[in-house]
Amino acid sequence: MTLSGDACFLLRPGVMALLRPLLLDVVPTIQQTAALALGRLANYNDDLAEAVVKGDILPQLVCSLSEQNRFYKKAAAFVLRAVGKHSPQLAQAIVQCGGLETLVICLEDFDPGVKEAAAWALGYIARHNSELSQAVVDAGAVPLLVLCIQEPEIALKRIAASTLSDISKHSPELAQTVVDAGAIAHLAQMILNPDAKLKRQVLSALSQIAKHSVDLAELVVEAEIFPVVLTCLKDSDEYVKKNGATLIREIAKHTPELSQLIVNAGGVAAVIDCIGSCRGTVRLPGIMMLGYVAAHSENLSMAVIISKGIPPLCTCLMEENEDHIKAAAAWALGQVGRHTPEHARAVAVANVLPTLLSMYMDTHSSEDLQVKTKKALKNILQKCTYLPALEPLLHDAPPNILKHIVGQFSKVLPHDSKARRLFVTTGGLKKVQEIKAEPGSLLQEYINTINNCYPEEIVRGLITR
Amino acid sequence: MATLARLRARLPALREECFRRNGAVDEYRKKEYKAAVKIQSWFRGCRVRAYIRYLNSVIIIIQKWWRGYQGRRYFRKMVETAYFIMKMNFYNEMAVRIQKRWRGYYVRKYTHNYYALKKYLEAISVNNEIVRKELNEYAEMREKEKKKKDLEKKEKEKDHQARKMHYLLSTEQIAGVYNSPFRKSPDPMELLLRKSKPLSHRQQPAKNHLICDWSNCTRSLTFPTAQPLPPIGRQKPQGPFRDTAEVLQQRYKPLEPTLRVAASINSLEKAREEIKREEWRNCVHDNEFLPFSSYHKKEKYDPSIHRSGRYDQETYGIKHFREVQPKKWIADKDFQTVLPSIILFEKFGKTYTRTGQIF
Repeated sequence: MTLSGDACFLLRPGVMALLRPLLLDVVPTIQQTAALALGRLANYNDDLAEAVVKGDILPQLVCSLSEQNRFYKKAAAFVLRAVGKHSPQLAQAIVQCGGLETLVICLEDFDPGVKEAAAWALGYIARHNSELSQAVVDAGAVPLLVLCIQEPEIALKRIAASTLSDISKHSPELAQTVVDAGAIAHLAQMILNPDAKLKRQVLSALSQIAKHSVDLAELVVEAEIFPVVLTCLKDSDEYVKKNGATLIREIAKHTPELSQLIVNAGGVAAVIDCIGSCRGTVRLPGIMMLGYVAAHSENLSMAVIISKGIPPLCTCLMEENEDHIKAAAAWALGQVGRHTPEHARAVAVANVLPTLLSMYMDTHSSEDLQVKTKKALKNILQKCTYLPALEPLLHDAPPNILKHIVGQFSKVLPHDSKARRLFVTTGGLKKVQEIKAEPGSLLQEYINTINNCYPEEIVRGLITR
Repeated sequence: MATLARLRARLPALREECFRRNGAVDEYRKKEYKAAVKIQSWFRGCRVRAYIRYLNSVIIIIQKWWRGYQGRRYFRKMVETAYFIMKMNFYNEMAVRIQKRWRGYYVRKYTHNYYALKKYLEAISVNNEIVRKELNEYAEMREKEKKKKDLEKKEKEKDHQARKMHYLLSTEQIAGVYNSPFRKSPDPMELLLRKSKPLSHRQQPAKNHLICDWSNCTRSLTFPTAQPLPPIGRQKPQGPFRDTAEVLQQRYKPLEPTLRVAASINSLEKAREEIKREEWRNCVHDNEFLPFSSYHKKEKYDPSIHRSGRYDQETYGIKHFREVQPKKWIADKDFQTVLPSIILFEKFGKTYTRTGQIF
């Protein structure tokens, strides 16, 4: 009873009515095949899934699930999965007809295929929103899922890990329930498994648990994932790298102590290498992780700088096409450079300020990118005393950025004679004279301060010229 | 008798005489009386005034002395407080200097230790190098393993091909495809063909179906039936044997382990742990709730000022000025003062009387 896509449409009107009595057939093979057919139909299209629900097939399936053999159970669980994956309303329909309890009973079955099918169905149901996740947890699925993770079959482990990830992603209480069942220790052990898809799911589950609160993140760290997790960042599979970087990011963003731990374990270097070796959205969690680490304190920011973090961020900013990755890179650079003049100098030396400025001024950039680049520029410029990097910005900057640049010049020039000479020879003083500022505004004060550093004749000469 | 007559003749005159004399005396009596009163009063007044004068002078002396004493006492108090304040200011200044130095040292050494920060950053870069190296090694190892696996797979494929095509082996008469006479040496395939054992037809290599999801399988699935059919043409079994169905049922009865067997060996520990974990989960608060009496055991009770005062007169300030506990003194002699002593104050209380002496 295999159906291709086109055939579905032809047979749709009467199919449910035909298949339903076959489910009650005496011969078990027919029951199983009918269930399989229903599952494939529902899997294909959400209209068909709705038809399955409307045709009152679910209560029947649910009742008969507990009595039949393992093939029927697999097929029935497949139907529930196919129905539940399309939308929250369909999943709610499954919950209402008592599907969750039967699926949980299937999780206790001996056959790993049945467990896998049941776990998959629960995962798809729990994925939609937190009420459905709570319903799955209330049915008592979590301890059984943790037992499933310990089974030797790889496919079962994968599915169980992905289900735990879907359950814990909605709220801290759900994540706490998963943690209370002792999931973290088993998930942490499975990071060393060579299977790439399993690693993806495990890392995703751990990052969904760690993202909610400091305590959960600390529990995940206590499971001794560092430095093992860093090997995941060198995996050949792109999504393993991405999920590993996501996990480290979720841990680093909570407190400076956790970021310190990651830095001490050499996590920053691993993430920087990971960013350098990937392309596209896979880089995004790594960039955000560097931003979070640098944002906590100036020592951590300095640690990012000496781990050679700035060049990869600059390349990300310049090479990537997507605006949200560029915005993240700009934000991260802003966090690195905003603490002290040393940090701002390190960022400015990498010659990234003109790029940031051009992105801010570009009309094609999205609003989010513009806002982030503006903030980053402001933060870096307020602390930057490295004048050779500020000079090129004098020529193109808009007034709100220009006032910060001129402000910095006015702070540095009165004390440094060599800088004053350089400023005149490179034409910066001339440019400053050309700036029109309202008298009494901050910008005018800065310009006056700069003009006072030089003798009258030079200033007048530049104005007249 | 004559005298009597004479006396009787004089009798009415006597009365008048008596009245006249009394009246005359009376006239002056008031005057004299008033005069006497005046004199006496004036004299008594003089006496009393003199007495009062005397009393005043005495009292003035007493009061003079008493006020002097009070004033001196007040002054001593003022001097003491001024001295105390001066000393405390001095001590505070010195304490400020010490604290200034100490805080600067402490902050520079421990909180914002520049050298420690530098060392830490260097350590981080060294650690980063190590981590990077190890990760690179790990990545290389994985690459090598993958390559090895690929190579092995290719080898296996080739071997399998060779076994399948064993008939292409060259014979004495006819040179095979891989052993062309124009070649200097036979092709590697030829060598493989020579080495391989021919495949037999019956053994079809079991292709392992890597089906990720069994429901994607498009072949028709066969589900095993509950009861296998008996082989055709078998001889009837001899003797009154049991029914085949019964025998098969008994043989293939699914395992129903007893509860004792089904329970894992450490189910008791697991159950205990489960209970413990549940209890711990349900516990609201990890620390035991102690009785109220043990909450503030460590706290000292400080009484309020109202209750802790005495109801009678404070002796401090009157009988003594400074609490002195001779039992606690470590030496009999007084400490040597650091400041130069004020000679006047040293003499205080020791010169004349014990008035205002401080014990």
